[in-house]
Amino acid sequence: MMTRIAQQNARDPGASMQRTGGNIGERAFVLCCLAAVVLPLLLLAVLIGDVLLDAAGRMSWDFITSYPSRRAERAGILPALVGSLLLVALTALLALPVGVGAAIYLEEYGKRSKLAELIEINIANLAGVPSVIYGLLGLGLFVRSLGLGRSVLAGAATLSLLVLPIVILSSREALRTVPHALREACYALGSTRWQAIRRVVLPTALPGILTGAILSLSRAIGETAPLIVVGALTYVTFLPDGLDAPFTALPIQIFNWVSRPQHEFLVNAAAGIVVLLVTMLLLNALAIVLRNRLQKRST
Amino acid sequence: MPPSSSASSLSGVAAEGAPLRRESSASSAGAPLHGRVSSRGERLLESGLLGCALVSVFTTVGIVVVLALESFEFFRVVSPWALLGDVQWTPLFAEKHFGIWPLVSGTFLTAAIAMAVALPLGLLAAIYLSEFSPARLRRWLKPALEMLAGIPTIVYGYFALVFVTPALQAVVPGLSGFNSLGAGFVLGVMLIPMISSLSEDALFAVPHSLREGAYALGAARLPTILRVVLPSAGSGIAASVILAGSRAVGETMIVAIAAGQQPRLTLDPRVPVETMTAYVVQVSMGDTPSGTLEYRTIFVVGAALFLMTFAMNASSHWFKRRFHRAA
Repeated sequence: MMTRIAQQNARDPGASMQRTGGNIGERAFVLCCLAAVVLPLLLLAVLIGDVLLDAAGRMSWDFITSYPSRRAERAGILPALVGSLLLVALTALLALPVGVGAAIYLEEYGKRSKLAELIEINIANLAGVPSVIYGLLGLGLFVRSLGLGRSVLAGAATLSLLVLPIVILSSREALRTVPHALREACYALGSTRWQAIRRVVLPTALPGILTGAILSLSRAIGETAPLIVVGALTYVTFLPDGLDAPFTALPIQIFNWVSRPQHEFLVNAAAGIVVLLVTMLLLNALAIVLRNRLQKRST
Repeated sequence: MPPSSSASSLSGVAAEGAPLRRESSASSAGAPLHGRVSSRGERLLESGLLGCALVSVFTTVGIVVVLALESFEFFRVVSPWALLGDVQWTPLFAEKHFGIWPLVSGTFLTAAIAMAVALPLGLLAAIYLSEFSPARLRRWLKPALEMLAGIPTIVYGYFALVFVTPALQAVVPGLSGFNSLGAGFVLGVMLIPMISSLSEDALFAVPHSLREGAYALGAARLPTILRVVLPSAGSGIAASVILAGSRAVGETMIVAIAAGQQPRLTLDPRVPVETMTAYVVQVSMGDTPSGTLEYRTIFVVGAALFLMTFAMNASSHWFKRRFHRAA
């Protein structure tokens, strides 16, 4: 970290030896580069502004507490919101223990073994597999072979496999920041490897692990394609009443509304997007609050 | 729990005083200490953790097996020749053609448009962040750009259909409501932070002494960046660009919403096309009974998509390793 800061300072204009070439060609180039940073940010602002404007007429408490309807002005998003929250909770239950466990193995036990190396390459590859292919895996494995059907559990299991590489990579990153001296202090006191991990390494790495976990869950909540392939429904007028219940989710509902030709449903889609983005924002805010509280406790 | 107190709470354990051991697997210089010999319970626990890590291996195996099995069933009915030798894709119609090229061309057309947007903007943004931006500004700009990558793709799809395409229709004559131009453009915007972040990391890793060497030889700043820094970061940048290309090929919702669902062998960016991913979504949204030939087509298309993205990810990885060895 220190070296990065030092290098950053060294890179700062004026802080290091640099030719003070101020010719027109160079200035134009710098402006182009700056434009390449500003333009995407502007587009992001336009995107959010556009969605908010489109949704303005439809945002109400009714929209959140109503069921879908054939009439756009009466349609609500309640089953989709509940479905998404249920999916995220289940995904967290499935993916986080496995992901953190895998990270602990790779970072604390399996270092430098051939098997660990193989697993690492495999995880890097999995992180690049398109999400729609995870949907095909879920359809073939969970829905058909394991007989879970087009249920909320099959959807959550699919999302768990999808976010697993992200959970593992971020948890490893967090474990790596724990100074090795802490582990050695434990060993010096006679603790076993697991005792050191359980009592010292994990508590120290927890804020980082949680941040990565919540970021991966906010990825899960925005995923659409795998759930469509696994068989989420698009018109649900009931709340899921069990793990084997059929389900829908926020992005699926939005996709359904976007696909309809009538303009009124596009307004609903915009309002649904606002609900989705606000849910993600709350999740991220939770991550920040949790991290800050835990960091205060551990220092 | 504060680490200091938890460490002292372990002192009771220390009374047993078992000798420290060194792991043979970590026998190179500066080998870390690894605590007491583990009990049987702990061995069991270690296998459990290994099991967690192996889930990822099973995932890969699962993907390959599912795609291969269903594709195999498909190829028992339709010959691979029909897949590669035909230029029409109409598995859902009465008169079935299984030529995959229209889907492949739709995929590459949208991906190419996306890269035409993301490559120059992402690279210039990376150069700005790495070479020109004051450190304090960069600390704000980089996360702000990365927010673009955190927006769900369904939101981008909506944006492409409802905002970008109508805006482009005012400029581009004959632009259809569904088209690869608008979808590709928005897809490219989504990929900018991927290229800018990873390329900035690569530019950052170029040793400062190289820049100073160029200055010492009398080079101005711009030639130094273009002729010294960029080539040195070349393979790192290539890795980021290929990875972004793989994402563009595999991205689903933007193209499913905004590029249309009409498989068509064309390079015209103004007309509706269908990508491989959009086809999978189209069939999944319908009520195709499982076990039929139509149903198996999505696994065949998925297998082709998997092979393409796998090849791209592997070559990106190769460039990245080459870069790390050079740097």
